[in-house]
Amino acid sequence: MNLIEIKNVSYSYPTKKDTLKNINIKVEKGKFTCIVGENGSGKSTLLKCILGLNKGYTGEIEKVDHIGYLPQKSEIQAHFPATIEEVVLSGTISNNVRSIFYKKEDKENAKNVMQKLGIYDVRKTCFADLSGGQQQRVLIARALCATKSIIILDEPTNGLDPSIAKQIYELLDKLKKEEGITVLMVSHDIERALNYADNVIEIVNGEVAYNGNVEKYHNEHCDCPCHHHEEEDGGAK
Amino acid sequence: MVENIAEMMQHLFIQRAVLVGVLISLCAALLGVSLVLKRYSMIGDGLSHVGFGILTIATACGATTPLYVAIPCVTISAIVLLKIGNNSRIKSDSAIALISSSALAIGVAATSLTTGMNTDVCNFMFGSILAMSQADVILSIIVGLIVAVLFIVYYRKLFVVTFDENFAKASGLKANRYTNIIAVLTALIIVVGMRMMGVMLISSIIIFPALTSMRIFKSFKKVIISSAIISVISFLIGIYLSYIYNISTGAMIVIVNLVLFILFTIIEKIIRE
Repeated sequence: MNLIEIKNVSYSYPTKKDTLKNINIKVEKGKFTCIVGENGSGKSTLLKCILGLNKGYTGEIEKVDHIGYLPQKSEIQAHFPATIEEVVLSGTISNNVRSIFYKKEDKENAKNVMQKLGIYDVRKTCFADLSGGQQQRVLIARALCATKSIIILDEPTNGLDPSIAKQIYELLDKLKKEEGITVLMVSHDIERALNYADNVIEIVNGEVAYNGNVEKYHNEHCDCPCHHHEEEDGGAK
Repeated sequence: MVENIAEMMQHLFIQRAVLVGVLISLCAALLGVSLVLKRYSMIGDGLSHVGFGILTIATACGATTPLYVAIPCVTISAIVLLKIGNNSRIKSDSAIALISSSALAIGVAATSLTTGMNTDVCNFMFGSILAMSQADVILSIIVGLIVAVLFIVYYRKLFVVTFDENFAKASGLKANRYTNIIAVLTALIIVVGMRMMGVMLISSIIIFPALTSMRIFKSFKKVIISSAIISVISFLIGIYLSYIYNISTGAMIVIVNLVLFILFTIIEKIIRE
């Protein structure tokens, strides 16, 4: 079963034509799919088309109703005055858009997610006072409040120490294995990301250069050093 | 002090000013938090200049209640300002500077050609509690209540849109609609509050309480509540001191806000150490 299906999608920015060219991909339920590619290849543009943040694309995107989203770190205000609890709870907004106040089940949902991610005891702490890794953990919790089916992450380990980045990947892997959550992630950190991914989509100059399972990708890109990291990381698979 | 307050409150114009001022201060502070966090702090300043231009032209044309003309015009300007800032190559700070200086220039030119710099125009510039008419009071109460109710109704959505607009859009919220709501409510508060605070000073009651609260409080809800309290207290102390020492009310309110900002900054430093 596919949670997202993209058919013949093309997109151009006013200042950059053909950012995406005839993209055809599927995101399978329960899989960890990683979108990789060079800077400016169109990875984040593709995510934004899926999320409905980029309008005016041609083609068709079929997707589930609720998607959890973790944006790039630069899109979040580092000094925003909000507690962890406020940020996580805000993830439930898509479930009750019309409601004025948070419902009891929203609060219960946020509490469960925070407990699962080990941030419930520090829920009154200010988001701005957290380290980069902890902030990402909070934003993953917010995304999980929006949905239990699929989360989309845009470069979640950018700017993080390798050990903290590894913790984020392990958390995503755990969510996939234990909760059955589908993960779609854009990453620059190809070597490490592929240790945890099931499927790989490589975008080159706005086109899909590779779309398949990670083992085949390893074989076709034998110079990719991810095997070394697999040992170093203890191997996710 | 109690005697002074009792004596002050005997005057009808002071009663009107206190009623309107409390409402305006409260609403300005509520909106101010989102505006400051979304980096739209200067929109209040820009809109007040637009308001001045429209009020002076309306007065020059003989409008008996120029506020009725100013409200729709400033509201449209607020939406235009956001659209220019979001969509075009002109950034929002440049757009505000462009529109506010143009509106101010048109207002000054219209004044020079008609009434000249009379008391009415000076009141628009620097504010006057004496300028509050019965119609202004009714309008202020209506606008104040609308802003307060809408803020409570949209509080959850305003938080999401202010913290992370892309997440809000990805969650199915029409983020631009809520940003426009903030801009329109700000425009209403600016026009109504301009009579009392003046064009030059009105934006301060939007920015100061939010910035002051953020010195100490680290939760969105606490910042909102603290801003509302700080804003109302600053207004009440400001109007009292302005009555006692015969100083411009708008200026006194800003000075009290400044003192509180410095005080909170010192407290923040002590807490950190």
